[in-house]
Amino acid sequence: MPLNVDMRKTLESAERRFTLEVAFNASTQRVVLFGPSGAGKSLTLQAIAGLLRPDEGTIALHGQALFDSSRGIDLKPQARHVAYLFQDYALFPHLNVRQNIGFGLQRGWLNPRARNRVAEVDYWLDALELRSVAGHYPAQLSGGQKQRVALARALVARPQLLLLDEPFSALDSHLRQRMRQELSELQTRLDIPMVLITHDPDDVAAFGDQVVQISDGRVREHQAFSGYVRSET
Amino acid sequence: MQDAWIPLMLSLKVAGWATALNLVFGVAAGFGLSRWRSGARDVVDSLLTLPLVMPPTVLGYYLLVLLGRRGVIGAWLDRFDIQLVFTWQGAVVASTVVAFPLVLKSARAAFEAVDPQLERAARTLGISETALFFRVSLPLAARGILAGGLLAFARALGEFGATLMIAGNLPGRTQTLSVAVYSAVQAGDDSTANFLVIVTSVTCVVILLLAGRLVPQRTLLVSR
Repeated sequence: MPLNVDMRKTLESAERRFTLEVAFNASTQRVVLFGPSGAGKSLTLQAIAGLLRPDEGTIALHGQALFDSSRGIDLKPQARHVAYLFQDYALFPHLNVRQNIGFGLQRGWLNPRARNRVAEVDYWLDALELRSVAGHYPAQLSGGQKQRVALARALVARPQLLLLDEPFSALDSHLRQRMRQELSELQTRLDIPMVLITHDPDDVAAFGDQVVQISDGRVREHQAFSGYVRSET
Repeated sequence: MQDAWIPLMLSLKVAGWATALNLVFGVAAGFGLSRWRSGARDVVDSLLTLPLVMPPTVLGYYLLVLLGRRGVIGAWLDRFDIQLVFTWQGAVVASTVVAFPLVLKSARAAFEAVDPQLERAARTLGISETALFFRVSLPLAARGILAGGLLAFARALGEFGATLMIAGNLPGRTQTLSVAVYSAVQAGDDSTANFLVIVTSVTCVVILLLAGRLVPQRTLLVSR
């Protein structure tokens, strides 16, 4: 995957000053940013998505600059076609499953209607076994269902890149195993490039074709993990 | 007794317009304040909240100075043949200003309570900033805003001081419910006064019950 990141961002608050200085070139379809919490992984992901503006540097995807401080390029998140799976899923509580998935497909000032049928939405309802809860609201869903809805919502618009922020941390260990497998199969089937951040070594084993280790705002180690087999368990 | 319905209808009309205007301006100001990152924010918030703490007669005097024929805004409006003093539209302006902070405060609190993560999620899904407001922020803040709107309606319905200053006490034209109560008592017309007082009390109780059902008590206290 041709994702090139080379950026710097300094965040200052009354208590502390944090400098994020991250550079890596992703060469595989599955990249894991690995490191302890507070290392700056989420900030890196937000910068790729356009939710955080770096002070300087470049971020390019498939050769297209998403951000380039020297050329004054800073694409809005809306224009980047990068999907983001949030740690707590960030499902819209006032919309049902069908509306949540179809959210990005509908333009204009109105949300999709509760019973509005869109072929792409139906496809994802079936693909992720959400058909039976299509009319439910996020508060009525289990953890695994919430994650599937968030995945469907992120993928339905056919993004160029999928970003996942600690996708399994909110799940119990049994479900975590299963969702890892589902995500792995889905990624293989869609052949979509993804960047996953985690502090869980099991995630690294499952998705770390390439691992970028980050701690204290810096890249510590950056290598292609040839030794790991693409885990399907 | 037949006449008692006229001030009630006028009050409902004035309060309705005042609430509608505040749902536009109060919500816009509340949203602006909730997203504005600046030290001046608290100062602006305090200035906009002034109508809540100032005596209504003082507000009415300010409005009279501004909107009267020789006032800055009044003189300008006069060129278009618009007069606000001694009209029911003037009463709408008075009620709108007095009730404005109630909508502003609850709207600001409601917008600040919306999870920023949801707005980020909407951005990554390709939604424009305007669509984001109407499709995520506003629906999630709607209950708090509606509660503020009901309080504003109740406050506008009971408006006396500022309304009397700018719209006066013209029966059938600018005499609202609360002004009519005052007039009836002054004239010793007890039966009309009793009737008006009961109508006002019942209306206010209904509104408070509705507001209480819309939001938890905590939010109502914030907006006070």
